[in-house]
Amino acid sequence: MSLTVAYGALATGIIVWAVLVMKLRSKPWEATAGAAPAGTGFSVSAKRIGLWIFLAVVTSLFGLFLSAYYMRMGQHAGHGPMAAGDWHSIRDPSILWLNTVLLILGSVTMQSARAAVAGSQLEQTRFRLFAAGLLTLAFLIGQWLAWREIRYSEFFTPLNPAVAFFYVLTAVHALHLLGGLVVWARTLARTLRKGVELIDVRLSVELTSVYWHYLLLVWLGLFAVLLST
Amino acid sequence: MAFVAIADRDHEHALHDPQSFIRKYIWSQDHKVIALQYGFVATSIGLVALTMSILMRLQLGFPDTFHIIAPQDYYQYITMHGMIMVIYLLTALFLGGFGNYLIPLMLGARDMVFPYLNMLSFWFYLLAVLVLVAGFFVPGGPTGAGWTLYPPQAVLPGTPGASWGIICMLASLAIFIVAFTMGGLNYVTTVLQARCRGMTFMRMPLSVWGIFMASILGLLAFPALFVSAIMMALDSLIGTSFFMPAVSSMGEQTVHTGGSPLLFQHLFWFFGHPEVYIVALPAFGIVSDLISTHARRNIFGYRMMVWAILAIGCLSFVVWAHHMYVSGMNPYFGFFFATTTLIIAVPTAIKVYNWVLTIWRGDVHLTVPMLFAIGFIFTFINGGLTGLFLGNVTVDVPLSGTYFVVAHFHMVMGVSPILVVFGAIYHWYPKITGRMFDERLGKFHFWMTFIGAYAIFLPMHYMGILGVPRRYYGYTDAIQFIPPSVHEANEWISISAMLVAATQLVFLYNLIHSYFKGPVADPNPWRATTLEWQTPQTPPKHGNWGKDLPEVHRWAYDYSVPGAPQDFIPQNVPHSEQTPAGREHGVPT
Amino acid sequence: MVIAIALIVLVVATVLFHFLSPWWFTPIASNWNTVDSTVDVTFWVTGVVFVAVNLFLAYCLIRYRHRKGNQAHYEPENKKLEWWLTGITSVGIAAMLAPGLSVWAKFVTVPEDASAVEVLGQQWAWAYRFPGKDGQLGASHANLISVENPFGMDPNDPVGQDDVLIANPQLHLPIDKPVKMLLRAKDVNHQFAVPQFRVKMDMVPGMVTHFWFTPTRTGEFDVLCEQLCGVAHFAMRGRVVVDTQDDFDKWLASQPTFGQTLAATKGDPVAGQALFTACTACHGAKAEGNRELNAPKLSGQADWYLMRQIKSFKSGVRGSNEQDTFAKQMIPFASMLADDTAIRNVVAYIKTLPEVRPPASVVGDPVHGKKLYETCAACHGDTAKGIWATNAPRLSNMSDWYLARQLQHFRDGIRGGHPQDFNGAQMRSMAKVLPDDQAIADVLDYIRTL
Repeated sequence: MSLTVAYGALATGIIVWAVLVMKLRSKPWEATAGAAPAGTGFSVSAKRIGLWIFLAVVTSLFGLFLSAYYMRMGQHAGHGPMAAGDWHSIRDPSILWLNTVLLILGSVTMQSARAAVAGSQLEQTRFRLFAAGLLTLAFLIGQWLAWREIRYSEFFTPLNPAVAFFYVLTAVHALHLLGGLVVWARTLARTLRKGVELIDVRLSVELTSVYWHYLLLVWLGLFAVLLST
Repeated sequence: MAFVAIADRDHEHALHDPQSFIRKYIWSQDHKVIALQYGFVATSIGLVALTMSILMRLQLGFPDTFHIIAPQDYYQYITMHGMIMVIYLLTALFLGGFGNYLIPLMLGARDMVFPYLNMLSFWFYLLAVLVLVAGFFVPGGPTGAGWTLYPPQAVLPGTPGASWGIICMLASLAIFIVAFTMGGLNYVTTVLQARCRGMTFMRMPLSVWGIFMASILGLLAFPALFVSAIMMALDSLIGTSFFMPAVSSMGEQTVHTGGSPLLFQHLFWFFGHPEVYIVALPAFGIVSDLISTHARRNIFGYRMMVWAILAIGCLSFVVWAHHMYVSGMNPYFGFFFATTTLIIAVPTAIKVYNWVLTIWRGDVHLTVPMLFAIGFIFTFINGGLTGLFLGNVTVDVPLSGTYFVVAHFHMVMGVSPILVVFGAIYHWYPKITGRMFDERLGKFHFWMTFIGAYAIFLPMHYMGILGVPRRYYGYTDAIQFIPPSVHEANEWISISAMLVAATQLVFLYNLIHSYFKGPVADPNPWRATTLEWQTPQTPPKHGNWGKDLPEVHRWAYDYSVPGAPQDFIPQNVPHSEQTPAGREHGVPT
Repeated sequence: MVIAIALIVLVVATVLFHFLSPWWFTPIASNWNTVDSTVDVTFWVTGVVFVAVNLFLAYCLIRYRHRKGNQAHYEPENKKLEWWLTGITSVGIAAMLAPGLSVWAKFVTVPEDASAVEVLGQQWAWAYRFPGKDGQLGASHANLISVENPFGMDPNDPVGQDDVLIANPQLHLPIDKPVKMLLRAKDVNHQFAVPQFRVKMDMVPGMVTHFWFTPTRTGEFDVLCEQLCGVAHFAMRGRVVVDTQDDFDKWLASQPTFGQTLAATKGDPVAGQALFTACTACHGAKAEGNRELNAPKLSGQADWYLMRQIKSFKSGVRGSNEQDTFAKQMIPFASMLADDTAIRNVVAYIKTLPEVRPPASVVGDPVHGKKLYETCAACHGDTAKGIWATNAPRLSNMSDWYLARQLQHFRDGIRGGHPQDFNGAQMRSMAKVLPDDQAIADVLDYIRTL
């Protein structure tokens, strides 16, 4: 509940910030001297803006999942003896630590690919991009192993909300990574094309790396929540 | 500047006119075609929902005469009617339809910034509608849990469609949200990035502001519905207990443990309340432009109007639990949510005042779009004021769950936005088709719809005060306090509803007939200032603007400027020349 | 012009409708007069705004309608005017919010001396529980609910033994005593609403919600469910009877405690066999029924249903309608069963009887009947075996001529009209989906195929 209010406050803050940036106090009916004002948009490409807006949507999605998580966990506080708590914390598989390292490495490698593309090193870009994708795949395989571990552990039951939330949160995160891997594969394919010019893939690599960092942040957040509860 | 180069490059491909029929009309990436596709699908499914409402009215008005629908049908129709009207008709039409059509044209862009994504958005929307309709053909039929889909009833026996129907509904909603996210990304990014030279934020028409803000709300709020849809589907399919508490359903214990039905309600209304404004804000924006254009007067207090849109957008995220005053949540929340809800009335009231003040000292042309706009002001005042009853926690308690609520939300988010939709369709019809509609039929449509709708919903408020409960299949003799006059009124309401529904056929006839037989329209028949009326061709061709993008020099509301030779100056006319030259072509020479 | 006049007419009509329409709040029967006052305040504030803004709009439309040579006034904004309007609006809002919140503060504060009553909602009936002498409600849980323990009481909880169980939808409350309604739902969300009390609250499975009020007027009041809870939502009725303290005490003392229901013995089929001999004359030796004597088949019917019907005959809840001749015939026979033990015994004996398939006598269209039966299935189950939780008896393999007659009686108001016959009233509402004898025949022919 309070988390959701906080989320609402955050959304409000973003909007207020946008208002300030967009110069919403000007009086548009007053004639401006000289030519038409040129500065209308932000000086970044549409794709970049699109990605950031998409990240805002994904933030909303995970934020709401997490507030649902906490609300469900605290559900039985104050409902009397009738509502015995059914939330049984699970032992998080230790492979998650390894997975976290893999994803961090993936993100770092992605950043280095971005550096390579900025430095016009085609070979390096291809190689690092490829490595970053592999590391991410390794993360997903590791997540799958973690799922198996819980599936065959003694505390597995879909009735336990801790288990159910573990699967849902990690699955939604993994789905977002899978979507990222599709984009990654397309970018990689473009760098492998004959006579490719780095300028053409530069934006793609940059945006892919932003998305990777973002999903790493999301994972770190999720992991922290899963560990602490 | 750098962004111009990038923005122009983005549009290079859009300049190649698609040649084949399929590329042009089916797999089209042109925002105008996509807008019409959205419009057709939304109208079609909306007619289905309208038909269901008539069947329900037959049951309520003449329970002993017609035996067309059984209780489970009634609850299924009530659910589908609500969901279709709110999401698949109004949201899709305002954002997918009007948003798609108007944003690039009003901002002087060639298209949306991501045309391919835009096309995908439509096809996902169509898929969502098909999955929704599939609910009618699965065993048990569609869900009958009410459009709010509250668990546990939504997935337990005793409610129609609790096994298959609800899954169809949740799947359809999830697909719709994917479609909306693709569309919404487009609308927001286009507004931020693809405005033509000179189009500052504060020069944007209010239509664009409304659609822009509604898209942002949708992008941030729909995830809440997505989250709840996923969790409810899991509860139903694999037996998790997110929302499902331990219950004894039909005398048998279910597997579920201590889930929280209230958690669903919180998530649902965290989406559901912004959803009201996702529908209302585009209507606010569009009606502002209609009133200003047809009253030949600048919109009164433009800046206040923009700020009000932003304020309403922000506040809409912190009022959701006013739908849950009697839901059993912690009653202390009532203080907070009643306060925020009544605060949101202030910016909303300002918008109403400014519409009226725009007409004040104007030069009002009572065209068909203007009639609808005035009708909207009236019904919106009515619906907005009854919102003050339901938003104020104490006042809400006796009225919640009664016909007062039905009357309120139909007035404020049924009748009002749909009047704007009609007004907007009449307003932009000449631009979209290049033909004029039949004005007499348009006026007939207005009067029947406006008066008819008021006759339907005004009595319902008072039934609600009496205490007549909503979502009742019938009022059998057992309820003591309901007098026979209520049953008589129900007959009249049903007759009224059927007349209003029949009138919509006249509207459709007008649209179709005028498309083929209507007189060829002037490129700017309403003598409007905004950019969409200044396109080189009517209807606008692919790429909208011919060789050169327009350049904007003034705000969207230069009507009746003192000293100007005409009572309007298009946005793309520079300040040095006060003459809107080249009126025939709608562009300055 | 026309639109301006139309607006004026609509405003006048709305105001007239407000004052002349026959519908207003039901006469209040609780302490929540203040709730009505907040509604009145809101009506006055919003009413003034409604009239003022719309009349001003109409005036503008007349005064500033387009005429040749007219020019609109160019004025982008008027800060002063806008701030004034904002200020006045805020004052109006505050005038509504302040009384609302102050009344709500009372709503959330349950008086110390309020006595607790539990309401138990289920698809689609009400039941109630009083805490008994110790003033405390015993523990209960949804997983304990069964046909023997419909309240889901914990039999091992000593606190619950003296809880008074009201296993029917009629609740009595004493006048002028504050009462805290504790709301519990067995299966899905419901809402306990009595319009005359003004206040209401949802009941949510898995938690106990509450509200409080003080009844201030004696009388009988309909309880409505106002949270959509499934197919029979509209037929989920109950009743609150507000009594004087004396009447209430008498009534409460006559209701069974949980301990007493636990102590009730199981029926004895051997003793029941002797009692059943009186029944065989009409219903047959194996309770297979006899159409000539208008006696339906009893074997195979659920025991809780048979018991309830025998009690209904005895108490006159069933057979009170003059036109219900055959039910009237049954009353003296039912009265031969002296007490609840006798009833339990005879029902226990009927339960031991072998099932025979009754001859078919009603012919209809089972395909159409299948469609019609969808409504019935909500309570009686997909296979018409009956569901105890919904108070729905078995229909399959029972005497179809008897079912046809009962459906006609429900439809025509011959059965289910007694004020205490809540299940009958519910069935009366539902039987309306079978408008004519053909529909009844169709559905019965379908039931025979189950």
